[in-house]
Amino acid sequence: MANDAVVDKGRRRFLTATTAVVGGAGAAVAAIPFIKSWEPSARAKSAGAPVLADISKIEAGQKVTFAWRGLPVFVVNRTKAQLDALPGVDSRLRDPKSDNTAQQPEYAKNEFRSIKPEWLVLIGICTHLGCVPDFFPELKPEPFDPNWQGGFYCPCHKSRFDMSGRVFDGVPAPANLAVPKYHFVDESHILIGVDPGKGAA
Amino acid sequence: MGTTMVRLHPKNRVLAWVEDRLPILSFMSSHTSGYYAPKNFNLWYYFGSLALLVLVNQILTGIFLTMFYKPSALEVAPGISAAFASVEYIMRDVEWGWLIRYMHSTGASLFFVVVYLHMFRGLMYGSFKKPRELVWILGMLIFLALMAEAFMGYVLPWGNMSFWGAKVIISLFGTVPWIGESLVEWIMGDYLPADATLNRFFALHVIALPLVLLLLVVLHLGALHEVGSNNPDGVEIKQKKKEDGTPLDGIAFHPYYTVKDIFGTGVFLFIAAFIIFYAPTFGGWFLEHDNFIPANNLATPTHIKPVWYFTPFYAILRMIPSFLGSAIWGVIAMFASIAVLFVMPWIDAGPVKSIRYRGVGYKVALALFAVSFVMLGAVGAGVTAEVIPQWFGAHVDATFVENLFGRFWTAVYFGFFVFLWFYSRGMERTKPVPERVTTHD
Repeated sequence: MANDAVVDKGRRRFLTATTAVVGGAGAAVAAIPFIKSWEPSARAKSAGAPVLADISKIEAGQKVTFAWRGLPVFVVNRTKAQLDALPGVDSRLRDPKSDNTAQQPEYAKNEFRSIKPEWLVLIGICTHLGCVPDFFPELKPEPFDPNWQGGFYCPCHKSRFDMSGRVFDGVPAPANLAVPKYHFVDESHILIGVDPGKGAA
Repeated sequence: MGTTMVRLHPKNRVLAWVEDRLPILSFMSSHTSGYYAPKNFNLWYYFGSLALLVLVNQILTGIFLTMFYKPSALEVAPGISAAFASVEYIMRDVEWGWLIRYMHSTGASLFFVVVYLHMFRGLMYGSFKKPRELVWILGMLIFLALMAEAFMGYVLPWGNMSFWGAKVIISLFGTVPWIGESLVEWIMGDYLPADATLNRFFALHVIALPLVLLLLVVLHLGALHEVGSNNPDGVEIKQKKKEDGTPLDGIAFHPYYTVKDIFGTGVFLFIAAFIIFYAPTFGGWFLEHDNFIPANNLATPTHIKPVWYFTPFYAILRMIPSFLGSAIWGVIAMFASIAVLFVMPWIDAGPVKSIRYRGVGYKVALALFAVSFVMLGAVGAGVTAEVIPQWFGAHVDATFVENLFGRFWTAVYFGFFVFLWFYSRGMERTKPVPERVTTHD
């Protein structure tokens, strides 16, 4: 209409600002489905069920890897020599007493980081950047450590862990290897993913 | 210069009709035959046009690869994913598929070769300095997008190095306090790199990031043509003009530099063809041996290392130990090593652009910076881990020696910027800069 009419600039700014806010809020809300679509799907979540591990065939000193939620779970039948060597490396460890409560359930906060001393159950994922550490069970000098007392060595960035999955000082990994929830169903079976006393899942 | 568009009036009636409605010919001509570049470009000025050439190669070969590749981690045979099988299918069964894939994989590595040389040129001749700060920043954004693009492309074959590389790089985000763990699950769409991860990386690699890259390249060139190209003397050619308004020391980009770039293209294609036909894996540097093994989430390759172009940054990540119960410090240092380049125009306050007229300190520092980049690359690629026992004997603690070495060169890398901050603020003794480029007639 009449272009020479006086423009109410305050009103124009108000309308511009409110339109921008409403439009921006709408765009932000509309973004939610797209962002949420990246989260693990129902199918991926359902694949995270507990795993029953048969340990009757694991010899002393042997390690067997089970897959739980796509993660490698190490089950190690430790020898007496390996267990006896554990206190000896305490001084070289970052967290010898397992004080970092995020890395194991309460029932695994002990020198052996396990329910039964000889049976070690660990998530085999380096706490640095998620590689799978290699198993070096023998108590003999290794190229990466002349005083090796058995344990795990990560090939990615050379983090070292002892026979209880406790991290050495001065390596990239910040924390001990994690112990998953587990319990003994009977003498020869471990249920990975469920705390003791919760019954079979 | 390139910014004022001269309207063309084609004689052809159809072209004239188009030109009156969309001045596309006028636009193209003003950015080629109407764009005046300094006449003293040397060998270092090939790499910008070569980067564009490789980008075109990646897009063309990439389009054809998507016609045969399947972005699926679902198994088609025990231990073999559809993605891995489709890459083998391209290599063995698709007519000329091997050539298209090797052009794409070799192109990826050569992309970084030319981009690193292009960036070094900028540091040498001060091309990042006023008034070209935005050209530099847009170039750095291209570099970032290129790294993301290369990383995701590397994951697609779903070999064992693809899988573990993805795992390590995504885990970097897990070091973020509080939200790290859920952030990692959000990126992967699962509790480990899986089918969902591969699907989304494919989408980002073939459409999202290429669109971003193309947009950034247009902006990079647009910003360059606004301020005009720098040159080995670091002289602003716009300051001395002929009567017709064109720079005294400038020559038209077309035909003079298009011809020069065609020669560079010829030499480059000669080298690229040699690699594609005779050494496509380049001894495990362009295509790693462990990636010819299918992805296995329960078996880490013995030596996890990224492709060569990421190794300097990867070494910085590895050289910083974790403390205060967090591994985030190495991640911060790695990102800082790239972020610090963004602010290069403000770190370096020296008024002289070209290394030809800068103080000895800058020459030495830049040389050391380049050496640190190569040395960190050697650490990141595992070369030092291999040679230290050979050189010093098996009795030394190789990890200890490597950490010393790597941390020293990490300090040199960051030291370059610290030194430059102070050096360019009063300590530098420069030579007089000539008024015109040194090779003018």
